[in-house]
Amino acid sequence: MSGTPASPVVDIRGLATVFGKGGDAFTVHDDLQLTVDRGEILSLVGGSGTGKTVLLRHILGLTRPTRGSVTVLGRPAGELGREGASSRVGMLFQHGALFSAFSVIDNIAFALNELGTLPPALVQDAAMVKLRLVGLKPEHATRMPADLSGGMVKRVALARALIMDPPLLLLDEPTAGLDPNSSDEFCDLLRELHAALDLTVIMVTHDLDTLFALSTRVAVLADRRVITSGTPQQVAQFDHPFVDHFFRGERGRRAMAQPPAVPASKEA
Amino acid sequence: MGAQVLWNHWGRAWPAQVDLSAAQREMLERVARFSTPCEPAPPWRLADQVDRLGVLVLHALDHLAHLVELVGQLLLDVLRLVRNPLRAPWRDISGHLYRMGAMALPITALVGFLIGVVLAYLMSLQLRQFGAEAFIVNILGISLIRELGPMLGAILVAGRSGSAITAQIGVMRVTEELDAMRVMGIPHGFRLVMPRALALALAMPLVALWTTLAALAGGMLAADLTMGISSAYFLQALPAAVKVSNLWLAMAKSVVFGVFIALIGCHWGLRVKPNTQSLGEGTTASVVSAITMVIIVDALFAVAFKNLGF
Repeated sequence: MSGTPASPVVDIRGLATVFGKGGDAFTVHDDLQLTVDRGEILSLVGGSGTGKTVLLRHILGLTRPTRGSVTVLGRPAGELGREGASSRVGMLFQHGALFSAFSVIDNIAFALNELGTLPPALVQDAAMVKLRLVGLKPEHATRMPADLSGGMVKRVALARALIMDPPLLLLDEPTAGLDPNSSDEFCDLLRELHAALDLTVIMVTHDLDTLFALSTRVAVLADRRVITSGTPQQVAQFDHPFVDHFFRGERGRRAMAQPPAVPASKEA
Repeated sequence: MGAQVLWNHWGRAWPAQVDLSAAQREMLERVARFSTPCEPAPPWRLADQVDRLGVLVLHALDHLAHLVELVGQLLLDVLRLVRNPLRAPWRDISGHLYRMGAMALPITALVGFLIGVVLAYLMSLQLRQFGAEAFIVNILGISLIRELGPMLGAILVAGRSGSAITAQIGVMRVTEELDAMRVMGIPHGFRLVMPRALALALAMPLVALWTTLAALAGGMLAADLTMGISSAYFLQALPAAVKVSNLWLAMAKSVVFGVFIALIGCHWGLRVKPNTQSLGEGTTASVVSAITMVIIVDALFAVAFKNLGF
């Protein structure tokens, strides 16, 4: 299913997205190219309205691009939404998107339960393992999503995304809305999971600390396409008003001053 | 603000002579610099109105097409359920059945009972003029069993459950739960639409029957009080006045009502955009169109089966 090891996990070619019709037409992407190789942690950055989330939704197959192709794990992205999709790609939504009618453990086990091929007791055990894996305690299992803190919601959502061990994980603003402490913890967790589970990760983020702590590669969206990509340090040297503002503003310089947390061998 | 009033009074230009302090002049200059004439509203044009009407018609056709799609999808999902009944969302179905059916019993009984009383009382006044009091059984029997019971039940359920369905699914859109389901490869039709449609298809005839019984009880009581027609006579005369086929017609109608209320609720819920205003609009539209649909379907049944049951 994941194709030969050499082929990219995500391959986007000639992608164009246009919202609206006729005179109101509004182009978000135009002739956008992007490939993500196995084992990468790619951060998508860009100003608001540059279509980062739209791009994630294209990769998930939730929306179709106006032109161009999106290939995920060797198959068109539109085919992702079939049965057992959780075994191919996991998604962490910005606000968690936990099913509010289910308890934490049922949320995590939902995709496995839906398959209906495994005995319920086994599914329960597997869900409990994932719950512990993301750093939650067994007594959290029976809580409802409404009773969880923001950081816990993200952890449960991550456990749910990982329940069927997908090779590809998409994160939409993984640390937005978390306090600095939980944000750092969440970054550590993501780094551990990436190393342990051989994941390919694509994330949208505005948080420079997260970006420098995690990414092996950064792709900058501006002017309706990917203007540059490379390691955070390389991208920060690129000459473009957005990059200037984003990386070389005060916050950017502060974040860059910290030593890169990624092992050298992982860098592209 | 005072400077703006003054400036507008001067016709947005400096007068030939003016005596101002430095602070006043500064303020007036600021107003003068930032005053921008409002853009005139576009003139009313007939063509725009025609365009708007066209857009409305296209939207209506779009909704209709989506509704047909939902009906088709429901048939496919039911087929899937029949093929593999063990993997169906039975817990969901029973939960909806309880919330939409059992919880609706008190309110439908109350409304049905009161309508029965009112109807019997009004009829008794008219019938007494002709000395035909005994016919109250026929009038109440036919009208309540065949038309009013199912209609009242359906309208109440449309208001209660139609809005609840739209709100539930709409909130799932707002919180991205719908997207999360799609990402997990779980079809909305099988997990969200079908359980609600099946639950209402099952609950609606029972609620209709319940409403009819409550209305008949109310009518019986009023007939006894106003005209002295005893309950025993009422019950004895009822089977002769109303053929059983009327009851079957009412039940069949109710199944269709239930399916349509659920589908319309789901349709508007799935169409909600991720903002609160759209959620409110969707809920309103859901209730209004569900009640309208109930009345249209009732009219169609009345025409199609006009020879049945008399």
